[in-house]
Amino acid sequence: MTAAGEPILEVRDLVKHFPLHQGILLKKQVGAIKAVDGVSFDLRRGETLGIVGESGCGKSTLAKVLMALERPTSGSVKINGREIANARGAELKKVRRNIQMVMQDPYTSLNPRMTVGDIIGEPYEIHPEVAPKGDRRRRVQELLEVVGLNPEHVNRYPHQFSGGQRQRIGIARGLALQPEIIVCDEPVSALDVSIQAQVVNLLERLQREFGLAYIFIAHDLSVVRHISDRVGVMYLGKMVEIGTDVEIYDRPAHPYTQALLSAVPVPDPDGRERRERIVLQGDPPSPANPPSGCRFRTRCWKAQDICAQQEPLLQIRPGTGHASACHFAETHDVVHV
Amino acid sequence: MSDTIAPSARRRKHGGGTAKPPKAASLWSDAWHDLRRRPLFIGSAVLIAVILVIAVFPGLFTSVDPLNAASCELAKARQPMSGAHFFGTDNLGCDVYARTLYGARNSIVVGLSTTIVTAVVGGLFGLVAGFKGGAVDTLFSRITEIFFAIPSILGALLILAVFRTGNVWTVTLALAVLAWPMTFRIMRAAVITAKSQDYVVAARALGASAPRIMFRHILPNAVAPVIVVSTINLGTFIAAEAGLSFLGVGLRSPDISWGLMISDARERFLEAPAPLLFPALFLSLTVLAFIMLGDAVRDALDPKLR
Amino acid sequence: MKKTSTPVLPARTAPGDGPLLAVDDLHVEFATRQGVVKAVNGVSYSLNPGETLAVLGESGSGKSVTAQAIMGILDMPPARIPRGEIRFRGTDLLRLPEDQRAQVRGQRISMIFQDALSALNPVFTVGWQISEMFRVHRGMSRRDATKKAVELMDRVRIPAARQRVNDYPHQFSGGMRQRIMIAMAIALDPEVLIADEPTTALDVTVQAQIMELLAELQRESNMGLILITHDLGVVADVADKIAVMYGGRIVENALVHDIYRSPAHPYTKGLLDSIPRVDLKGQELYAIKGMPPNLLDMPQGCAFHPRCPYRQDDCVTDAPPLYEVGPTRGSACHYWREVFDDSRR
Repeated sequence: MTAAGEPILEVRDLVKHFPLHQGILLKKQVGAIKAVDGVSFDLRRGETLGIVGESGCGKSTLAKVLMALERPTSGSVKINGREIANARGAELKKVRRNIQMVMQDPYTSLNPRMTVGDIIGEPYEIHPEVAPKGDRRRRVQELLEVVGLNPEHVNRYPHQFSGGQRQRIGIARGLALQPEIIVCDEPVSALDVSIQAQVVNLLERLQREFGLAYIFIAHDLSVVRHISDRVGVMYLGKMVEIGTDVEIYDRPAHPYTQALLSAVPVPDPDGRERRERIVLQGDPPSPANPPSGCRFRTRCWKAQDICAQQEPLLQIRPGTGHASACHFAETHDVVHV
Repeated sequence: MSDTIAPSARRRKHGGGTAKPPKAASLWSDAWHDLRRRPLFIGSAVLIAVILVIAVFPGLFTSVDPLNAASCELAKARQPMSGAHFFGTDNLGCDVYARTLYGARNSIVVGLSTTIVTAVVGGLFGLVAGFKGGAVDTLFSRITEIFFAIPSILGALLILAVFRTGNVWTVTLALAVLAWPMTFRIMRAAVITAKSQDYVVAARALGASAPRIMFRHILPNAVAPVIVVSTINLGTFIAAEAGLSFLGVGLRSPDISWGLMISDARERFLEAPAPLLFPALFLSLTVLAFIMLGDAVRDALDPKLR
Repeated sequence: MKKTSTPVLPARTAPGDGPLLAVDDLHVEFATRQGVVKAVNGVSYSLNPGETLAVLGESGSGKSVTAQAIMGILDMPPARIPRGEIRFRGTDLLRLPEDQRAQVRGQRISMIFQDALSALNPVFTVGWQISEMFRVHRGMSRRDATKKAVELMDRVRIPAARQRVNDYPHQFSGGMRQRIMIAMAIALDPEVLIADEPTTALDVTVQAQIMELLAELQRESNMGLILITHDLGVVADVADKIAVMYGGRIVENALVHDIYRSPAHPYTKGLLDSIPRVDLKGQELYAIKGMPPNLLDMPQGCAFHPRCPYRQDDCVTDAPPLYEVGPTRGSACHYWREVFDDSRR
């Protein structure tokens, strides 16, 4: 799917800091966890933007802010040109119809005391204007069928389903309000290997059928490549590189992206001696106290003085066709496929 | 039958502000399915059923009406067990068997009404404090800590002394005032756990209102430990009522209470043990039955609570 | 293998003609309220010194239960081992008295787990926990044991080990905690290390570090490594041979290169086919249909038959034995030839 057309979601300079307090009675802010620290991107209609990065890079916080579950510290999130970052009450509720999510863990994301029919039908109870009361049961059953479940199972409870089936229920709930954007936060990583492909295929089919745009957050880089039109790489609250799937995977320019790609185990034992391995040393620094300048410099083999002094901006660099945030950006195919 | 109508009226009044009970979700039916196979549950349930029948219709089991003063004859005081008086007679010549049966009602009423008041008050406050968090939570939590600091017997003595009268309702009030903080804590903890679950996040993402999240998502998932503790507490409330009546600040004559009967019979225990032993036996069995029931319910609802 | 009436544990240096560790026809079942769950149904595999065996399977395939049986850390009851042998240097561990078994556990066969945070005790410093191995099993003084702990932390490459030896587990990152658990596991120079999903909870760059560390430790000490995982990528990177488990059985075993080149069991083939490939972008992924089996209600015959594209009538009735596909590989499929031919294309 080519990603043309106007952006449906525009994110600009998005910042989310979680303040750190000290003291019991007189709380004093002593710092902040800079979970998301100035992220900008567009998502176009019907497009999939993959977001990859390791734990602590801020990708899940980004999802929460996009879903208006957390209020951003600053910056702007526009859906169809309408600002949602500071929307409240009825306005916010209206926005939510257009952006929904699929969560990671199918075992905790469904209320165990509700039937499947109640779970998938709840969006209609919250937004009664979407479907008249008499129509809801039929719609719920349609949704079950769309995600590949037996529509007669509306009266069953979540624990009567397997993990993969529960994830389908979660997807059906996300589809109920006919949103244009779905934020998928690690939607397959909790599933058995043999089930993951089924759910990925389902998500792709639904995208074609309903023209959905996905923000697809995952740590499995091969799944992200398969499903995404464009991919953004995050490190410590920053987007360090963004481009089409081919650009990111075949011509990565940022050292972190290169290290990340080289670390992914490839299911091909024949190539394992030939593969290039960049094994990063140490752990990512704490997002409460990120390094000055480039945040990756403490683990980077290219780091020089300028990296500590000047923060590299996310922009198209000489010799590369897509945006990266590195003073010494240089494309390099690490995977050699 | 006049005093059996009163509690239900009270119950309605207290129940007014709370959520409707969660509808029979499959976990409940699973729990029920599981319960029916447990000997512990069957035993305690049968025992409780018998006690309840006695409490509601004591007249079915004896033709003597101990509430009628004419049923006692001083001349027949401290008679041993016989065909006419199964458990003998007490110091005043009243039939111990009939009095023991009629005593069940007050115990059950105090136990049930205290349980309901604590579950509703503690549960509701716990729900709000756990859900809202922040200052509301701090306020409620500090208040409960004050209550926790009061030694319970002393507290109950104090409250009943203020009222100057001991009847079913003052005893209920005294016990409930001291017991609700426990329910509050359990509910609050369960709500805080449930609040962070993904399905609550999902409901928020759908735009669900706070009451919907509280009553549809959190309460049904947080209520199980409160039910378990309430069942166990019911037994301990019955024991506490007997204790207070024994000390002379609970129910008073002419009300019939097992604690009162034990108190009355203790002076002459060696020459006539039956007037003390039988109410004590009924009391122990009733308390035990509710505690066993609570254990069985806990195992069925959540084995992890053990 | 001769059986003596009272099995004796062979010395570390015992030359031994058989493999280092051999699991033979192991069965494990659990008594649950819903009935008997047969978690492991006749699993056999072997491991030589310096070798890496990957046990690949999904949740419920029995891969972890087998490992726990080897370690002797199953709760019995509810678990029961009705049949099978676990031979360590020729001695059946299952028939060993508990005191001798305890000398194997943690000293000669040790294990690391997926969740390092819950496997470490939060109220003791990591140094104390690592040095405990030496105090308890080697009778070292506290001072010497702590010195050894620092050495070990250096060996698993924890930076500034001397300063961090008195830190608590929660003060370390996930990757560092996993290193601490590895340090404890290798403290007494085990001959076999079982790693149960050691990197599943970790990020890929950290995963790469840990796998590299394990490979290096293995080279140094020539220990046998059993790597339990569901990740086909990790297996391809490090394993010498693979046992694929499904529904409590081994459905295919082979050398790592053979299995990726030409799987001979429909389940293995399905797993490999469902890996997203660059040249197939934009197309549907191949997906194994259906769901993993319910252990309480195993399908008759071959456990994979409800999901299998190669199914014939006899698959529904007869459980396939592990057919010999080649000198070093086997497949538990009646129609392995067809699968094998298809996968070579």
